[in-house]
Amino acid sequence: MEATAEPKTKDHAALADTFNKDEARVDWHDKTLWFIRQKRDKAAWQIPDWEHLRETASQIKHNVLSNLHHYLETFEKQAQQNGVTVHWAADAEEHNRIVHGIIQKTGITRVVKSKSMLTEECHLNDYLAAQGIDVVDTDLGERIVQLAGEPPSHIVLPCIHWKKEEIGQLFHKHLGTPEGNSDPQFLAAAARVHLRERFMTSPVAITGVNFAVAETGEIVVCTNEGNADLGVQLADVHIACMGIEKIIPQRKHLGVFLRLLARSATGQPITTYSSHFRKPRPGQHMHIVLVDNGRSERLGSEDFRNALKCIRCGACMNTCPVYRRSGGHSYHYAIAGPIGSILAPGLDMKKNADLPFASTLCGSCSNVCPVKIDIHDQLYKWRQVLAKNGYVSETKKTGMKGMAFVLSSPGLYRFSGAIGRWFSRYLPFMVNNSLNPWYKQREMPQAPKESFGEWYRKNKKKS
Amino acid sequence: MKVAIFIPCYVDQFYPQVGIATLQLLEKLGVEVHYPEKQTCCGQPMANSGFEDLAANCNDLFVENFSGYDYIVSPSGSCTLHIKDHLHVEKHEAEAAHIRSRILELTEFLTDVLKIDKLPARFPHKVGLHQSCHGQRGLHTSQMSELVAPGFSKPQHLLRLVQGLELISLDRADECCGFGGTFCVGEEAVSVKMGKDRVADHLHHGAAYITGGDMSCLMHLEGILRRQHSTTKVIHIAEILNAG
Amino acid sequence: MVSQKQKEVMSSREQILANIKKNQPPLVSLPAATQSTTSGLPDERVHKFVTVLQAIGGQVVPVNSWDAIAAYVSKQFPPPARTINLVQELANDHPLAVLENDPHQLESVTLALLKGHFAVAENGAVWITDTRLGDRALPFICEHLALIVHADAIVPTMHDAYERIAGEAPYEFGTFIAGPSKTADIEQSLVLGAHGAKTLTLFLLSGN
Repeated sequence: MEATAEPKTKDHAALADTFNKDEARVDWHDKTLWFIRQKRDKAAWQIPDWEHLRETASQIKHNVLSNLHHYLETFEKQAQQNGVTVHWAADAEEHNRIVHGIIQKTGITRVVKSKSMLTEECHLNDYLAAQGIDVVDTDLGERIVQLAGEPPSHIVLPCIHWKKEEIGQLFHKHLGTPEGNSDPQFLAAAARVHLRERFMTSPVAITGVNFAVAETGEIVVCTNEGNADLGVQLADVHIACMGIEKIIPQRKHLGVFLRLLARSATGQPITTYSSHFRKPRPGQHMHIVLVDNGRSERLGSEDFRNALKCIRCGACMNTCPVYRRSGGHSYHYAIAGPIGSILAPGLDMKKNADLPFASTLCGSCSNVCPVKIDIHDQLYKWRQVLAKNGYVSETKKTGMKGMAFVLSSPGLYRFSGAIGRWFSRYLPFMVNNSLNPWYKQREMPQAPKESFGEWYRKNKKKS
Repeated sequence: MKVAIFIPCYVDQFYPQVGIATLQLLEKLGVEVHYPEKQTCCGQPMANSGFEDLAANCNDLFVENFSGYDYIVSPSGSCTLHIKDHLHVEKHEAEAAHIRSRILELTEFLTDVLKIDKLPARFPHKVGLHQSCHGQRGLHTSQMSELVAPGFSKPQHLLRLVQGLELISLDRADECCGFGGTFCVGEEAVSVKMGKDRVADHLHHGAAYITGGDMSCLMHLEGILRRQHSTTKVIHIAEILNAG
Repeated sequence: MVSQKQKEVMSSREQILANIKKNQPPLVSLPAATQSTTSGLPDERVHKFVTVLQAIGGQVVPVNSWDAIAAYVSKQFPPPARTINLVQELANDHPLAVLENDPHQLESVTLALLKGHFAVAENGAVWITDTRLGDRALPFICEHLALIVHADAIVPTMHDAYERIAGEAPYEFGTFIAGPSKTADIEQSLVLGAHGAKTLTLFLLSGN
């Protein structure tokens, strides 16, 4: 949801640079998310066979990806037998049209929506707003960013980048709470009242889908706030939007995924509510919209298909040292952080060419991922794809060509090294200046008189 | 046992003392060490920038230099991992495969092959161990905090053999330093912030020296320490194990 | 192969399924076992369940009679509290509610008193389905929620939970409820009572 509709001109590095101008704030953001990573560790250690659980979840997902058409067909049949209408959307546009179509038939213009990254990916809110449909995001964090007119910065903790004083000001402006009140308890209570009124008067509820069970045609929605449930139970129409990869084969597999999801996301053993919607409540119409939007294409890529295992827990974001110090908005995509960086280029290589480079390839993400996505390997592979397709800057390419040339000749390498060291020692200002990004906040390494190779030849080589 | 050492390009040019310490340490431990002289670089800078193909000549050179050894030892987890994962040479794939299976980072070689349990080393200082990511998560030189699994650390095991050395603990045992190759200049703001936070952790716990298995990480931390006019220094683990 | 013309006529459903069939990798079988070892003596389960539920904000009230529950409810939620009781065993003291088919009518409910099917020790959750909810909105719209669970109906983990569910009558809607509704969206400060119930009282019934 790029509410400001500004064309993206700044890349991750530039946005992160801006983010880092306020170092105290970066520290706060970093420490907050690191704390959540630690909670996740604590929860994981409560389960002695945690690593086996991850492996099991990963294998189930591999099975799903290898048999996806069968599971989707089974799921559709079961859901239809349960009285649910199933729709298929090839892309984001079609998804939005379908959802709008369903709403339009009811004549209703007041809609509540619980958290769904899929609808963010499709920019559903903007689309519906343009059609005169008033959508209110009911997850507290999402409501906050919605009131502020910005996209969420984290898939599980949408307003993790907001301080309580700022939320207090926002609520004062939009909800009429007293100015200066930043007490979380008070503000949450005000939001409860504000949104309760909305729940009571919105006959259409849109939800996401955490898991869809092929065997039974049911969908599972997990929340802490109860907003998805409240919205659905007070509505005449329930529209559940999901990516086609959210399918799992059997209901019993929920035992694996529900043990992993909340622990990975926030360190909780489970979310407050894990609701299983099989048949609509009597009198209600339930719709499920299955969305492709590039997924079936990605399925065909040996290098990148494993990103489809994702269960949207956000653990990779919490552990990523770069995400914590650059913030979700630096990734200019609905989904930020490591997983976002391997998904986004698949949708738009030009726009998102910077993201796979917003990483040191440290590998922490891959090792907290509950379904063992090889995130850091995919980041490396995306770099190769982007370079081959011409999305890496000419300057960098030229630099790398030059480097490769020097390094492929031992003689030239030794000569260049010696020259470089000479300049560093005798004309340091040529290196230590504002044109050298390294030098901005770090001293350059001091150049020694001789290289190891030169030392070796002098001292060790038997002539 | 025929052993060759691979000295990373930036170590060769800027931190030759690390190469010297590596060589001397291995010889002290009774290893006859070859230094193939035409070596240059493992190719990682090009590959990590998306230009794998540009590393082809480096790969050729690497196979030329390092074929036929029982072990290739390198004082760099990052370079070692890169070779293990990415060394392929079409016309010499058998040799490349052999190298990939035989290249070890220094601490791995010392604990797993030489299996040393004592060292004539003395370094009476407070030392912080920076656990470089590629060595740790890629080569499993020590257990990572992300996994629910028993702890272990090859570098720590070795440092504990050094007389007088006091190993400090850290708030974040294995957070990345932010060097990341071209990341260090491509994403300068975040890179430096990550480095500053690592440095602060070590300083907060009283480190007089910060050590580790990768001079790239240490070079980045050193740049920050010196800009801060800190008295704390960086030193490669090879130099500590070779000290005294 | 599908021609462009055929594609135009194909529905999105056909297009998507065709693309999936074309692209999906060779079949990988499901793991042999998804259940991890979950042995847990009954007493340990109770203790674990209570500890976890309390840690996540639930209030645990151990009782050994229905009368005790009835008395507790009367004391803690005296008039003018609007209590909706759907538990037959408590009907003497708290008449069974008759619900209209309109969830909006439940907005003013102070306390909903419901019987859970069973509970899960590892995460403090209680499983309850539409057969015992009266109206599906009830446990979410009420101000306070009270659930009754038998102490011998606690399973160790979610794996066991789904095994148990498989042996029960099919549901149309079911939910795991673990504690009161909550949010930490305001600078990670935990607030109990978001959109759902503000409190969760768990009557742990033993004996009966």
